[in-house]
Amino acid sequence: MAKVTFRNVRKSYGSLEVIHGVDAEVADGEFIVIVGPSGCGKSTLLRMVAGLEVITSGEIAIGDTVVNRLEPKDRDIAMVFQNYALYPHMSVYDNMAYGLRIRGKSKSEIDAAVQRAAGILELAPLLARKPRELSGGQRQRVAMGRAIVREPKVFLFDEPLSNLDAKLRVQMRFEIQKLHRKLGTTSLYVTHDQVEAMTLAHRMIVMNAGRAEQVGSPMEVYENPATRFVAGFIGSPSMNFLAGKGAGAGKVALGHGGIVRFAEGQVETGREVVVGIRPEHLEVVDPANAFFAGTVELIEQLGADTLIHVAHGADAAVVRRPHGDSLETGAELHVAADPSRVYLFDPQSGARIR
Amino acid sequence: MEKRVVFRSAWLPYALVAPQLAITVVFFFWPAAQAFWYSTQLQDAFGLNTEFVGLQNFRDLFSDDRYLDSFRVTAVFSVLVAGFGLAISLLLAAMADRVVRGSLVYRTLLIWPYAVAPAVAGVLWAFMFAPSIGICTYVLKKMGIDWNWVIEGNQAMLLIVIASVWKQISYNFLFFLAGLQSIPRSLIEAAAIDGAGPARRFWTVVFPLLSPTTFFLLVVNIIYAFFDTFGVIDATTQGGPAGATNTLVYKVYYDGVKAADLGGSSAQSVVLIAIVMALTVFQFRFIEKKVQY
Repeated sequence: MAKVTFRNVRKSYGSLEVIHGVDAEVADGEFIVIVGPSGCGKSTLLRMVAGLEVITSGEIAIGDTVVNRLEPKDRDIAMVFQNYALYPHMSVYDNMAYGLRIRGKSKSEIDAAVQRAAGILELAPLLARKPRELSGGQRQRVAMGRAIVREPKVFLFDEPLSNLDAKLRVQMRFEIQKLHRKLGTTSLYVTHDQVEAMTLAHRMIVMNAGRAEQVGSPMEVYENPATRFVAGFIGSPSMNFLAGKGAGAGKVALGHGGIVRFAEGQVETGREVVVGIRPEHLEVVDPANAFFAGTVELIEQLGADTLIHVAHGADAAVVRRPHGDSLETGAELHVAADPSRVYLFDPQSGARIR
Repeated sequence: MEKRVVFRSAWLPYALVAPQLAITVVFFFWPAAQAFWYSTQLQDAFGLNTEFVGLQNFRDLFSDDRYLDSFRVTAVFSVLVAGFGLAISLLLAAMADRVVRGSLVYRTLLIWPYAVAPAVAGVLWAFMFAPSIGICTYVLKKMGIDWNWVIEGNQAMLLIVIASVWKQISYNFLFFLAGLQSIPRSLIEAAAIDGAGPARRFWTVVFPLLSPTTFFLLVVNIIYAFFDTFGVIDATTQGGPAGATNTLVYKVYYDGVKAADLGGSSAQSVVLIAIVMALTVFQFRFIEKKVQY
C-alpha cells in the first residue's frame, strides 16, 4: 500500500493540452473517486498513473517513487478496465494466475492466491470457465479478482461498472466497498456517475475540461461546491441556476423578478451573479416570504419524491418535494430557501462568490 | 433468426442462379468430368487412336518413382511456402500494427506484390537470381557462395519458394493485420500491467487470439502452394533441374501438354481433385468448429 501524489501533472497530444496541471495527494489506503463528464481527462489521468499514457510534464509518485519513467509492470499497480479486458482464451483461473506466473511465483503460491481471491469474490465455482461463459457481473468480479491476487500497492478502476445494468451496478458498488474495507488498498476510481462518486469515495476529485475543479469528501463537495460546474455536476437533480444582480446587503434581485436572500458572501449592488439553489432546498412558502413566484409546468412523480418544474420568466427551476402534494400544472407557486443554502457564482469564471 | 426471401414466381429464383450454375458447369464440372473420362483412356501421341484401359493409368502413376518424388517435392515446397509465408507476414503485420505515422503508405507498399502476376513475379526473381547476370547472384558470388539454380536442385527449390512466398505475403499480411487490429487494446494493456513484456504479450495473448486467422491462412497457403504457384514455376525452373521443382500441378501440365500423355496427365488431375476435396473438407470441418477459446 502506498500514497499517490500528483504534482502539476499535464498531458498534451501534439499541441493540444488535455490536462492542465493537476495537483492532488491520495493518502495511503484512501478510496479516491475521479469524477467528471466524458472528455474531461479523468481516464487519461488514471492511465498516466497506470503507465499506459506518457506524462507530458509534472510528476506522479506512488509511495515515494516517482513513476514517470517506469513501465506499467514496475509500478506495482493493478487495473480494472471498463470492458474488463479478460483474456478470452484463458479460464477464469488462468486469467487470475497470469500476472503471478509472469512474476515467477511457485505453483502453490499462485494456487493459494487465486483460491483466496476466488473465495473473497465468490468465484470458486467458476474457476474452470472461460470468460464468454460468464455473465457481465461475473466477468466484472473476475477482473477484480485478477487485480487483487497480485496484492498491488494501488488499485485503478476505469469506469468498471458502466457496462452493467442498474441493479447489478448497485450490487457491485456495494461489493467494491466491502472489498476495499477488507483489503484497505489505496484505490483510484474513475467514473462519470456522480452517484457512484458520492457513495464510494472517501474523497473525490471533480474534473472538468482537464482541470481538477475541487478535491474533497463527498459531503464537502455537495455542501460547499467550489465552482458553478461542481455545483451543477454533483447532486441529482442538479442545482437550479438563476441570473440576478446584487441588490444591497445579503440580497440579489433576480432578472425575472423576485429577491433572493443569501447568508454567505459579499456582492456589490449591481454586480451580475448566478444564484444556485438545490431542488431539495427549495420550499413552497406563502407569497410574503417567497424569493420568487413561478408557474408549475411539469410534475414528475418519482414515488417517494415529486419533482416540480417551475417556469420563472425565461428561467426554470426544479423543486423537490416529498410525495403528497396536490398541485396541478399551471398553478402559481411561491418558493424560498434557507439563505445559508444559497450559493453565488461569478457568471464569467464560474467561481464561487464567498 | 433465419432471413429468407420468398419469391412469388416459380422460375425467377432459378433464372437468378442460372448464370452462376452455367459457369460452374461449363468451366468446372465439364472439365472435371472430362478429366475423369480421359484418366481411363490411353491415347497415342498424335491423338489418332484411343482405347479404354480402366485404372491402368493410375497403376502406372503409383508405380512411377518420378510421380512419387513429385509428391515429396510438393510437400517440401508447400511446407516451406506456407511456413515462411505465414511467419514473415505475421512479423510484418505485427510491426505495421505498431506504426503510427505513415501507416497507410507502409501498408500500401506491403500490399503491392499481390497485384503482380505470378509469371511476372517468377521472371523477376529468376532475373535477380540468374546464374550469369543476376544481381543477387553477383552478391552471393562475392560472399563466396556458388549460385546456379539451373543445375543445383536445392537452389532451384529455394528460388521458387522465395518467389512464391514474396507473392503471397501481401495476402497473409492483410488478414493478419485485420486480425491484430480486432484485438482490443485493453487486453494488451492488461497484459502489460500484469507484467508481460512485448514478446510474452505476443505469444501468450496476441498469438492465441489470432489462431482462427492463422488456421484459415494455413489452409489457404497450402492450397496456394499446391495449385497457384504454377505460373512461378513455369516462368522460372519449369520443374527442373532433374525434377527438383516438379510439383504435382506442374507435372500435370508437363505430362499432358509437353509430353502428350493425356491419359496419365488426366489421372494425375483426378488425384489432385481428390486432394483438393480432402483439403477443403478438412478446412470446413475445422473452420466450422473454429479454433475455440
